[in-house]
Amino acid sequence: MPSTRDIRRRIKSVKNTAQITKAMQMVAASKMRKAQQSALAGRPYASLMNQVLGNVVYYAGDITDPLMEKREMRSHCVIIVSTDKGLCGALNANLMREAARFERENTVYIAAGRRAAQFLARTKRNLAAEFTYKDAPLFGEARAIMRFARDLFLEGRADQVSVLYTQFISTLTQRPEVVTLLPLSEIKAVTAGVDGVKAPEDLMHGSTEFIFEPTPAQVLGALLPHYLNFQMYQILLEAKASEQSARMVAMKNATDNAHQLIKDLTLEYNKLRQANITNELLEIASAAMAMQ
Amino acid sequence: MAATLRLEIVTPNAKAYSEDVEMVTLPGVAGEMGIYPNHVPLVTQVVPGEIIARRGGREDLLAIGDGFVEITGERVAIMADMAIKAENIDEAKAEEARQRAEARLAEHLDDEEAAVVKAALAHSLAQLKVKRQHRT
Repeated sequence: MPSTRDIRRRIKSVKNTAQITKAMQMVAASKMRKAQQSALAGRPYASLMNQVLGNVVYYAGDITDPLMEKREMRSHCVIIVSTDKGLCGALNANLMREAARFERENTVYIAAGRRAAQFLARTKRNLAAEFTYKDAPLFGEARAIMRFARDLFLEGRADQVSVLYTQFISTLTQRPEVVTLLPLSEIKAVTAGVDGVKAPEDLMHGSTEFIFEPTPAQVLGALLPHYLNFQMYQILLEAKASEQSARMVAMKNATDNAHQLIKDLTLEYNKLRQANITNELLEIASAAMAMQ
Repeated sequence: MAATLRLEIVTPNAKAYSEDVEMVTLPGVAGEMGIYPNHVPLVTQVVPGEIIARRGGREDLLAIGDGFVEITGERVAIMADMAIKAENIDEAKAEEARQRAEARLAEHLDDEEAAVVKAALAHSLAQLKVKRQHRT
């Protein structure tokens, strides 16, 4: 049986915890708004880019680019976009469960975010590089990641490059998702993956061939890298929005739980106090009785 | 036969423009292009400059940055890293941005930074161009 002092101490400590989680919730909420806004703002551009690229790849015909080359898959490169910090609910756990599904022998990982790097080190998987990105992801950060992955692909050290990240759906829902970025002939998977845009075929009925100005090679040469960089950038934005949303919700739950706990403990404390008073009264009464 | 074109301009930050227009002039990498409805499908790059969209006898002017354009018979889709309507351009700010970018270019920069600064310079120049022509 804990003493009243023990309970009082517990209540105080839970109150402190609640205060901290409440503060973290507030911080996450304000960051979340910003992150969600930028993720949503980028979507029209990303989906238009997808459509255009779908058309271009579909109609490019014989023109190919090294980035579109389809090879037999011997080694796979997976970019994992995780968070830097914890305290965001099951977000990273869900992500890592997906990450563990890839075959250990022929998969090379690129980590974006510290949690992914830690996970890969712990499970002794093949980590090729680690990148970081800020609360407000910069285009340059996406470009750095993509450049590394592209080099792996072009040098033949990876025959396919995929990204594993958390797609932002709503404040309450985020879903881990795998998207194939390279080779680009697999563009359909990307198109369907990002936000459920129609596959290139349905977009294309009726029209014939495309003219490329000045030359197909030049347009593709500029469009493909830009597309990849932007795709990566959008993925970082989505991941950030997911992270902040998950953290906000997790911290809100923690605060609510702490308040509930305080309520229960206070009730127990009062009961115990009442019992003590009753006991004392009884003792006094019985002592008085004995004196008579 | 469509008599109008759907002109859509999007940037990474927002959908900047989406209207049915009769004709659009845009700065292609190989020179200025005027696009009418039922143009042959075409994909090209655009360079920083000015877009003129003719709509119901009026002309909408926009300054745009680097990007790509996809033209089909009934749609012109422009993806650019910047797009600002002429009426929203702040000339003083653009001028200031131009000077700042030029000053930075004079310094010693690595490739990455130089690319960013050059893009900023091109953006401000495009804005100034649109604004100054608009007035005369």
